[in-house]
Amino acid sequence: MNKKTVMKLQDATQRITNFDEVALGYNDDEALLEAARCLSCRHAPCIKGCPVNINIPAFIKQILNHDIDNAYQVIAEANLLPGVCGRVCPQETQCEAVCVRGKKGEAVAIGRLERYVSDHASKKRQEINSKINKKVAIVGSGPAGLACSGVLGNLGYDVDVFESLHVTGGVLMYGIPEFRLPKAIVNEEIDNLKKMGIKFYPNMVIGKSLTIDELFKEGYQAVFVGSGAGLPKFMGIPGENLNGVFSANEFLSRINLMKAHLDSFDTPLKTMRKIAVVGGGNVAMDAARCAKRLNSEEVYIIYRRSFSEMPARLEEVEHAKEEGINFLILTNPLQIIGDDKAYVKAIECVEMILGEPDASGRRSPIIKPGSNFLLEVDAVIMALGNYPNPLLAAATPQLKTDRRGCLIVDSQNMTTYPGVFAGGDIVTGAATVILAMGAGKQAALNIHQYLQTQKA
Amino acid sequence: MAKIIRKETLNANVTLMDVEAPLIARKALAGQFIILRVDDHGERIPLTIASADPHCGLVSIIFQIVGLTTAKLNLLNVGDDILDFVGPLGKPTNIKGIKKACVVAGGVGTAICYPLAQALFKQGTELDIIIGFRNKNLIILEEEFRRLSKNTFFITDDGSYLRKGLVTDVLKEQLELGVRYDEVFAVGPLPMMKYVSLLTKQYQQKTTVSMNPIMMDGTGMCGMCRLTVNGEIKFACVDGPDFDGFTIDYDEAIARSKMYQKEERDAYCRLVNPHE
Repeated sequence: MNKKTVMKLQDATQRITNFDEVALGYNDDEALLEAARCLSCRHAPCIKGCPVNINIPAFIKQILNHDIDNAYQVIAEANLLPGVCGRVCPQETQCEAVCVRGKKGEAVAIGRLERYVSDHASKKRQEINSKINKKVAIVGSGPAGLACSGVLGNLGYDVDVFESLHVTGGVLMYGIPEFRLPKAIVNEEIDNLKKMGIKFYPNMVIGKSLTIDELFKEGYQAVFVGSGAGLPKFMGIPGENLNGVFSANEFLSRINLMKAHLDSFDTPLKTMRKIAVVGGGNVAMDAARCAKRLNSEEVYIIYRRSFSEMPARLEEVEHAKEEGINFLILTNPLQIIGDDKAYVKAIECVEMILGEPDASGRRSPIIKPGSNFLLEVDAVIMALGNYPNPLLAAATPQLKTDRRGCLIVDSQNMTTYPGVFAGGDIVTGAATVILAMGAGKQAALNIHQYLQTQKA
Repeated sequence: MAKIIRKETLNANVTLMDVEAPLIARKALAGQFIILRVDDHGERIPLTIASADPHCGLVSIIFQIVGLTTAKLNLLNVGDDILDFVGPLGKPTNIKGIKKACVVAGGVGTAICYPLAQALFKQGTELDIIIGFRNKNLIILEEEFRRLSKNTFFITDDGSYLRKGLVTDVLKEQLELGVRYDEVFAVGPLPMMKYVSLLTKQYQQKTTVSMNPIMMDGTGMCGMCRLTVNGEIKFACVDGPDFDGFTIDYDEAIARSKMYQKEERDAYCRLVNPHE
């Protein structure tokens, strides 16, 4: 009882040849076995550990009762995207981190059970409260926007979601790879929102196609901005604009969104044999593991600190190791070197040693003198994080931003533009799917309160 | 979805389409672009807006058939829908307060800078227009430009129509004659914008160029349209597409524009000769 029930994985040698999901999910017996590990603690610290406060012991109890549809309803009261969250939430730092079972041995595998419920429930239709005759516009259909739209839709509002890309789902569609989050799961959860009456408008760039002022003129009474952290960071080293250097956003979008790795799709993808990914976050792991699946020979992750400072989820790092990704830790790129046609041929790196802790509390890396070396690669992927997307703030003078370009909001999630709320990466800078969903949900409740106090 | 209302062949390689896109037509300003996708397996490509009619809700695009997507687009006809059509993207060209300007265009850039020349004309800017094509058969929009300025010069690389030479030859003559501009706008192939900027720099004539690198989302997300501007990375989609002509690393931009040349050529060949 001290260990989590193991979830089956696709074998590493097999999975690097396909984009199918790596983690295969629990079957009924495994789910029952794992659900039985829950102690049903009365104070349930896991609920507080969840950014959207799912009643975790209650849904697990329904699994033990063999009532999966009811388990789904318990989750859906707090979270309308359980199929997504069960797969990509960092449970080990949230609900599972405070699980009482985890004090002696491993925590209950809450994420795996959430996924099981979502994958096995047959009735997912949400009962909608009586209609409220008010319109709310949501800018961006990523995790923050989806969570916000779900809560408002449930409360009975008329909700329209505007998305700049041709598909809805934001980073769930363009960023997170198929083998970690199948796009069919995202589409199914969005379809559930559509069945609730929420309308989605792709190809609409708010700030360009329509301004926020115009949304209010069109009759929307509140706006939620969840436009995300879109703008990729680069290091500022020589050679970063050579052909074959990609932002992780570009590399992942080419594959996840545009399906460039499939012959029947038009978007091109360069043939890459040796690929270096710079960075140590989940996005770096995603990029490296995608790169591995492109018939490449070698994939390296270059990270300037050590494994213990790596921001990626442990599970992702483990999966990447199993798949044969080479980790060059305590290593930092100095420059990228190109051939005579400006295509990448090598990356020059230097070894690092860890010095004193910096402002973030992590030991800051310093260069080990004379340790420079060349690594022959034909592609470099920069996975260094993103700045908030500047487009909407630039088009909307009433929206004030902080030094980093993040939208400034008050404790009710309202921006400096009355009636306009915001949440997710556009407010916090790049973070996780579930934190964005938590912010979207909280903003929805604040929008509800705001609209109740406004005259019709 | 955006319905094609009119299609006109401007020359063997260049097509004009009027497309139903009322929201974009209402907003579009000179210098902005749209991103389109022809079909469900298609790629996203940017095209500069050639004109916009807010009353009829129409946006015109003019495109040269250079690869797979433009070839597929050209297969569509009046009444067909373009699957995805999004915009207007990018910052509009800033033309406020310009009294005298020179618009320099080359090739299909001629179409791209027509709305700019029109906007300058409408605000009463005195205009010189210099337009170059490879040969006589490729010339487009001649009448339209001549209506905007009596100082409109057409020139061809091979001399098959009017003068033989390059746009920079004409511009240099004007500058040598002592003509001065508040601003020179150069729109066209990268080498042409590079050499116009090198020339105007000698005469200290403020020069704006319109960059058209490869793009995907057009909203700042993918970073593939990045350029080195004054030694810094800028994104053409959100920071541009207009930039100070003296600050661009053109050689890098030229190399980046060729990144997918081989893949594009292969894909185009597959479309034209599907059985090879």
